[in-house]
Amino acid sequence: MFKIVKREEMAEGTVILNEIEAPAIARKAKPGQFVILKANEDGERIPLTMAETDKAKGTITIIYMVVGKSTALFRDLKVGDSYQDVIGPLGKPTHLEKKGKVICIGGGTGVAVLHPITRAMKEIGNEVTCIIGARTKDLLILEKQMKEASHDLRVCTDDGSYGHHGFVTEVMKEVLEQGDIKEVVAIGPVPMMAAVCRITREYDVPTLVSLNPIMVDGTGMCGGCRVSVGGETKFACVDGPEFDGHKVDFDELWLRLQAYLEDEKKCHKEYCNLHKVQ
Amino acid sequence: MADTPAKPVKNPRIPMPEQDPKVRARNFLEVPTGYTHKMAQDEAARCLQCKKPACVQGCPVGVDIPGFINLIAEGEMTKAIRHLWTMNALPAVCGRVCPQEIQCEGLCVVGKKGEPVAIGNLERYCADYERAHGTGELPPKAAPTGKKVAVVGSGPSGLTVAGDLIVRGHDVTIYEAFHKAGGVLVYGIPEFRLPKEIVAQEINFLERLGVKLICNAVVGRTVSLDELFDEGYDAIYVGVGAGLPRFMNIPGENLVGILSANEYLTRANLMKAYKFPDVDTPIPMGKKVVVLGAGNVAMDAARTAMRLGADNVKIVYRRSREEMPARAAEIHHAEEEGIEMFLLTNPTTYLGNDKGRLTGMVCLRMELGEPDDSGRRRPVPIKGSEFEIECDLCIVAVGSGANPLLTSETPDMRLNKWGYIIAEEKTGKTTKKGVWAGGDIVTGAATVILAMGAGRQAATSMHDYLMLGW
Repeated sequence: MFKIVKREEMAEGTVILNEIEAPAIARKAKPGQFVILKANEDGERIPLTMAETDKAKGTITIIYMVVGKSTALFRDLKVGDSYQDVIGPLGKPTHLEKKGKVICIGGGTGVAVLHPITRAMKEIGNEVTCIIGARTKDLLILEKQMKEASHDLRVCTDDGSYGHHGFVTEVMKEVLEQGDIKEVVAIGPVPMMAAVCRITREYDVPTLVSLNPIMVDGTGMCGGCRVSVGGETKFACVDGPEFDGHKVDFDELWLRLQAYLEDEKKCHKEYCNLHKVQ
Repeated sequence: MADTPAKPVKNPRIPMPEQDPKVRARNFLEVPTGYTHKMAQDEAARCLQCKKPACVQGCPVGVDIPGFINLIAEGEMTKAIRHLWTMNALPAVCGRVCPQEIQCEGLCVVGKKGEPVAIGNLERYCADYERAHGTGELPPKAAPTGKKVAVVGSGPSGLTVAGDLIVRGHDVTIYEAFHKAGGVLVYGIPEFRLPKEIVAQEINFLERLGVKLICNAVVGRTVSLDELFDEGYDAIYVGVGAGLPRFMNIPGENLVGILSANEYLTRANLMKAYKFPDVDTPIPMGKKVVVLGAGNVAMDAARTAMRLGADNVKIVYRRSREEMPARAAEIHHAEEEGIEMFLLTNPTTYLGNDKGRLTGMVCLRMELGEPDDSGRRRPVPIKGSEFEIECDLCIVAVGSGANPLLTSETPDMRLNKWGYIIAEEKTGKTTKKGVWAGGDIVTGAATVILAMGAGRQAATSMHDYLMLGW
């Protein structure tokens, strides 16, 4: 059992932070790696990239958006409750290299995954511009942390309630125009990553993306997480989760993410109904 | 020379009672329902009690077959199971999933002039009897040796090693990557062939003997082999299975609705997705299903799809019936349940719709040509024979490769050119000191009992090492 020692609600309760006791994982985890969590006996195995690890305390932190039954189950766990299973660290860590000027760009809960990578990028001597965005001001997460982790933080909201009025890609374009950007790291919803890659390809700037496809075991055994990268099939769980964004087939990834949409809706609705009844 | 019977045995083999095919094709209950006490005793009486039993030669773990059968014939069921346990820690599993027809029963002398003694059915009966009526009394254990052993992977070979070493007095801990122990016995083999309750009880038996079990531990990621040595283990057994699904590498393979058999069966068996939405893991409910491949895994996938409500399920296989690698009994069961065989057929392209979902596949008819490297006649495409099969779910069951997760993190352990661990055939010793390996990660995908046989040999070698040195 893996006890929750801290829980926070963010973005008007749509995003939840859990700090979880998992000393064996915390000891080995590096930025960019993920864990698989399962709430209870009948629960689904859900992959989530770690937002933080604390070797001394033996804890890992995940930040997730409540989108279906499984994440609703996670949301309903309180401090002192436990996840039945947490497995990791899985996937390859981020390849970190001192390159000079880099952009770290995040949307939605992707910002949580981006945070440790941004901090590590800065620590090894890169000059980091960070761009984060959300639909509206109240849905923005980790602004303070991202400011500390980077040299220059730019914030965007779709509705203009805070920072730049518009998408992260618009701000990224401005920064790219100033030139000399050596790498972009983009983590967020698939359409955002695809849009970022379309632009950085024009500027010929290498772009790293972190993918979160459907998976079961996370150890290369099932092949459910296959993605096309440069025309080759890769398993995101063991070959990734990070890939060269210019080679990823985002359209295919998007379609594959919809595989169980109807099932998920049905399952979530039943869960919500049940809880209203009780 | 084995004893030859003076005259053919008159009593015919007692058939295993089974659920009716029409009924069972839509439920997940076990297909064979098991012998009654009388059936077991009658079948046991058919054994000739050969002095030099051929059947034992066919058993990878060397079970004293006439010995335990004689105890059944005498009605000594408790003694019979204890006798089985001396050579086989998992009789309830082996009685159900071993390919007896090519092992013990294939060599049975009675089988020369009639049907062989139903050794598998009798083994199963003993184990089931113990579960229903047993005292729970454990076999004796040697005094503690003070030596610590880590077993990586809780599949059939790992469980055998753990069982063999715990009774010899060693301190044994199993590391399992999944959240539940049992390896292929829980994620791969379906409930209707091997009820998970039985696997859980076999593992509980090992735990009662003192074996420690750590789940959710991915060796190679959560902890490395060297870190296990640092934690004080004296020897390590690696039995992680093959665990890398092969695909066809033909156009359209990433369409939604195409799954590896590993994924499909893991969802159905380990995650119990056949109970969705009562459990949270979904599984594609195909109406028109194609399974590629013709091994035991393909049969398991096809029969699972039928039970999940498919209108039709087709096995598509590029060779002929003769070359199908599945056990005869599994093919028979599948056909009884209405699974169609599209033999000498090979897919060339998957077809999909604008939502990226599978709608069918283009196949070619094949004919058999000259024998290939495997000694089987090579399937050759017939020109112009393309035809389409409509399907909304395709399960790819064309074999597994070596999963590199652990081996890539263990550079000082040598692998062969296919990525399998190089281990001595008789002992399972790898090229890394203090590390043994066995099962599918050494041999490539094989059977439960062969993995157990490798575990048995490795356990013997590990015991010698722990007591005497490398």
